[in-house]
Amino acid sequence: MRLLAFIALKHLLARKRQSIVSLMGIVLGVAFFLAISSIMQGSEEDFIKRLVDNSPHITISDEFRNPRVQPVDRLYGDKGIVSISGVKPLTETRGIRGYEKILVYLENQPDIKVSPVLTGSSIISFAGQEKGVTINGMIPQEIDRVSTIRDYMVEGSLDRLYANPDGVLIGVTLAKNLSLALNDTITISAQNGNVRTLKIVGIFKTGRSGYDRSQVFMNLKRAQALLGRINRINAILVKLDQPNQALLRAHEIEAVIKYKSESWQEQSEDLMSTLAIRNKIMYTVVSAVLVVAAFGIYNVISTVVMEKHRDIAILKSMGFPASDIRMIFLIQGVLLGVAGNLAGVPLGVIFMRAMEEIEFRPPGSTEAISMPVSWGMEQFAIAATFALSAAVLASFLPARKASHVQPVDILRGGL
Amino acid sequence: MATLLKTENLTRRLEDEAIPVTLVRQANVEVREGEYVAIKGPSGSGKSSLLYLLGLLDRPTSGKIYFRDQDISNFSQNKLAQLRLEQMGFVFQFHFLLPEFTSLENVMIPMRKLGNLSDKEIKIAATERLAELGLADHINKLPSQLSGGQRQRVAIARALANNPKLILADEPTGNLDTVSSENVQEILQNLVKTHGCSVVVVTHDPEFAQRCDRTITIVDGAIVEEE
Ligand SMILES: Nc1ncnc2c1ncn2[C@@H]1O[C@H](COP(=O)(O)OP(=O)(O)OP(=O)(O)O)[C@@H](O)[C@H]1O
Ligand SMILES: [Mg+2]
Repeated sequence: MRLLAFIALKHLLARKRQSIVSLMGIVLGVAFFLAISSIMQGSEEDFIKRLVDNSPHITISDEFRNPRVQPVDRLYGDKGIVSISGVKPLTETRGIRGYEKILVYLENQPDIKVSPVLTGSSIISFAGQEKGVTINGMIPQEIDRVSTIRDYMVEGSLDRLYANPDGVLIGVTLAKNLSLALNDTITISAQNGNVRTLKIVGIFKTGRSGYDRSQVFMNLKRAQALLGRINRINAILVKLDQPNQALLRAHEIEAVIKYKSESWQEQSEDLMSTLAIRNKIMYTVVSAVLVVAAFGIYNVISTVVMEKHRDIAILKSMGFPASDIRMIFLIQGVLLGVAGNLAGVPLGVIFMRAMEEIEFRPPGSTEAISMPVSWGMEQFAIAATFALSAAVLASFLPARKASHVQPVDILRGGL
Repeated sequence: MATLLKTENLTRRLEDEAIPVTLVRQANVEVREGEYVAIKGPSGSGKSSLLYLLGLLDRPTSGKIYFRDQDISNFSQNKLAQLRLEQMGFVFQFHFLLPEFTSLENVMIPMRKLGNLSDKEIKIAATERLAELGLADHINKLPSQLSGGQRQRVAIARALANNPKLILADEPTGNLDTVSSENVQEILQNLVKTHGCSVVVVTHDPEFAQRCDRTITIVDGAIVEEE
């Protein structure tokens, strides 16, 4: 084996220029692979982290996933005797029934933090202007358990909501639109005609303009009164210690409490599938780079095989079996693959470092941000494995061809 | 003397060609241990083809080959390769050396492949072989840095690397000037005495054939005369 490797190495060294060119192919392939996959992976992680941090991991709402089965259907449904059409649910005050019990059940789970919410739409009027908003009625002391809104306060504070039951938190976009300032008083009216006067005790800026324009936080009791739904809530927000468990835990919770429990993955399904597609595209493109590199390797090794017909004949006549000849050229593929990795990974790391250094200002943003680069081990593993196997595969055909060379054919040729 | 290599009705035909060619027909050859045999004949008569068959580089279409009374006609390619490695050495008309390797490395490669000696012993043995053939000053040169005669001597040193029982040479002097040719002829003749191996040499040169114990003449692929 050592002898075969020695011969393989000599063959490559004898063709330095060609070997280096094909090596560059792998080196760049690996480096680009790392650079691109790290930035894609990094931005995805960054994205998901924001998503996970800023939204509840599970949202329990006052709906059922499937319409309730009518008693008649339950009795006769599969027999086809009776059928009901045009069922219309009874008009009732909507909300999660028996939510106190549900809260107790959830709070008894060690990995879960919960808080009830009542959401509803209302209109804010100020100086003759009106804006539709979504109000989030919450228990002020519990907001921190399920929301990161505290981190985004730019004026006033969340704590002032504790002290002032008539306080309200609004987003910076809404404030700008209505020319509102901290400590201003606003009038909020609900669809049922109820009107309340509230004082702005805090302004937040999450950077998501839709959110900053439409979301309003206030005391749960005040929200219930405003919306005319005393003692009702219509959602329970859940945070988990392990956000990745959300899908599973949501199923478990829903099985027990029957109300629709959506994990963050489910809520942002379209986003997740976009990310998945983006990943596929990225891996396809980057793999293409390595496939091109593999052709480079194929090229050198088949050139070496072609030029080395004579040497192959000599080695065979000396007593090297066909398997040894094949091994010599496979080793060349491995050598190129390994060398490509040895140079490609550091180069990739340099690219990644450089990208981290770059700061840029997204349009419309005031703060410069740097690119989120992921340093996950598995990308290194994928890049290295892919490059190595591409190299070995590329050398396989020429190596097989080499092993089939018949010494007599070469000797007869007399070359 | 015991028989080293023997063939029975050895025939080699190229069937795939447009006109099938018979390279060797019904050849019965016997090489005894320590014997120096010449194969001669007109150009294109099938001398090289016969030598490749004797050297197990080519397979006969029909007929049998015995190595030390063992029928090896049906040996697998790998077994034949092992037999070549242990028992045979080749010298061709055009010094077939590996161009990337020095003289020393060229001689060491078959030894390392056989793997009977340690790396250190191999190096010493290979150096000795080269020195024996007057190449002590050239062990670290590449084939391209050697003259034709020197290259052919390296090729002989390499053929001798694993102390083979049989040396097969195809016009080893065909490409050399008179002095070098004389030198190579002498070396081959001495091998029989000093190393006790058998030598089969294909040659055009009647003087060269004269030095041998026996001459096989071949015409049109068939052996016509043995003396
Ligand atoms: N691949 C082939 N296709 C057709 N004919 C071939 C092939 N190889 C060899 N021959 C023919 O077989 C015959 C024997 O060839 P061989 O090389 O054994 O002759 P030789 O005696 O060694 O000749 P020389 O003295 O010129 O080396 C020649 O007539 C040659 O033309
Ligand atoms: Mg010939």
